[in-house]
Amino acid sequence: MKDIKILGPGCKRCETTADMVKAEATKLGIDVKVEKVTDYAEIAKYGIASTPGIVVDGKVVHAGGLPKQDAIGGWLKG
Amino acid sequence: MALHETIDHDPSQRQKTVQWLAMVAGALVVWAFLYSQLVPFSEWVVSLLPIERKSHFGEAIQFFVYDTPKVLLLLTLVVFAMGVVRSFFSPEKTRAMLAGRAEGVGNIAAAGLGILTPFCSCSAVPLFIGFVSAGVPLGVTFSFLIAAPMVNEVALGLLFALVGWKVALTYLAFGLAVAIVGGFVIGRLKLEGWLQPWVREIRAGAIELPDEQLTTVDRINSGIEAVREIVGKVWMWIIAGIAMGALIHGYVPADLMVKIMGADAWWSVPAAVLIGIPMYTNAAGVIPIVEALLGKGAALGTTLAFMMSVIALSLPEMIILRKVLTTKLIAVFVGVVGTGILAVGFLFNALFH
Repeated sequence: MKDIKILGPGCKRCETTADMVKAEATKLGIDVKVEKVTDYAEIAKYGIASTPGIVVDGKVVHAGGLPKQDAIGGWLKG
Repeated sequence: MALHETIDHDPSQRQKTVQWLAMVAGALVVWAFLYSQLVPFSEWVVSLLPIERKSHFGEAIQFFVYDTPKVLLLLTLVVFAMGVVRSFFSPEKTRAMLAGRAEGVGNIAAAGLGILTPFCSCSAVPLFIGFVSAGVPLGVTFSFLIAAPMVNEVALGLLFALVGWKVALTYLAFGLAVAIVGGFVIGRLKLEGWLQPWVREIRAGAIELPDEQLTTVDRINSGIEAVREIVGKVWMWIIAGIAMGALIHGYVPADLMVKIMGADAWWSVPAAVLIGIPMYTNAAGVIPIVEALLGKGAALGTTLAFMMSVIALSLPEMIILRKVLTTKLIAVFVGVVGTGILAVGFLFNALFH
């Protein structure tokens, strides 16, 4: 079970990012728990400066803008 | 600190790169053709309508039919180019370049990077906290936050296209100056205590992100994505702005404009700044109005002050920033930036009288 956190105040891009990650996980058959972190103070603790951010098992893998589709698979498998 | 690298090594990727570059070149040719047809197109449309070409209404319609496609074409080009350029930058890299910088140099670097770093207003709060908690001085952070929305590619590109390169360069230089000096002054005032308490307590530090591996195709895609997002969002503002501009162009008599917004009316500069604050539109909506105002004899300084105020001092942004700044600090921010804009307005009216 991969623990995924999507960091972002709830803008459209953050929603899209969450959907992209879920879709990729379903495609690869990887069991994930996707959680959205919208609280600014919580987001700040991860040390990023732009949103949406993606955290996989406690590690920040992406920040700012939509992720590349083919990069998501790598993060989920890694 | 290196910028993001471009990764184009294997042969299949290289072939794809060549194909995409050819498509971009083709698109540019189509673009240039469309652009060359703007005047004939607008005259043709007006000739189809049962209106007198030389009447107020005819003038307004021709201005509208000519300007709308022109502005949209130019905007698409500029936004695409900036989308590609910005794929080399990220807020995290910018932060690493600015962290621990001394004031002065830091303010200059922050204002410059504010133009080049991808920035979206929904990211303003995370960016602010991310900068301040990782050791970017408060004043330097403000230089970035003032420059990023005010001196953007949409504003510069449209000014260049509609009003000329002199005004565009002037706007660039003075927009940067307001951001640098404004941030420096806020830094000197030592207002760290006026942040919201929870912001002061965050000691997250910065993370190093793994470098994103981008190919040339990815960068072209960033440009296309930027066009889809920005042009898709601002086109109605532009049309509203041009319609407004067309009305001014066709109906407002030039001597009235000179009286209200001419260089002799000293009070017009502060009035322009005050009117600009509650007006919320982006550069794309305000520039067609600016073009029409200048064409009717409004003073350059007054017009620039109006434009800067509309873009840099907006109520919605202040409401967002209220989450991290106390009202006192927001008041200082508005005061410092507003004073800078006033200075630009008066200076210009005096210089180009």
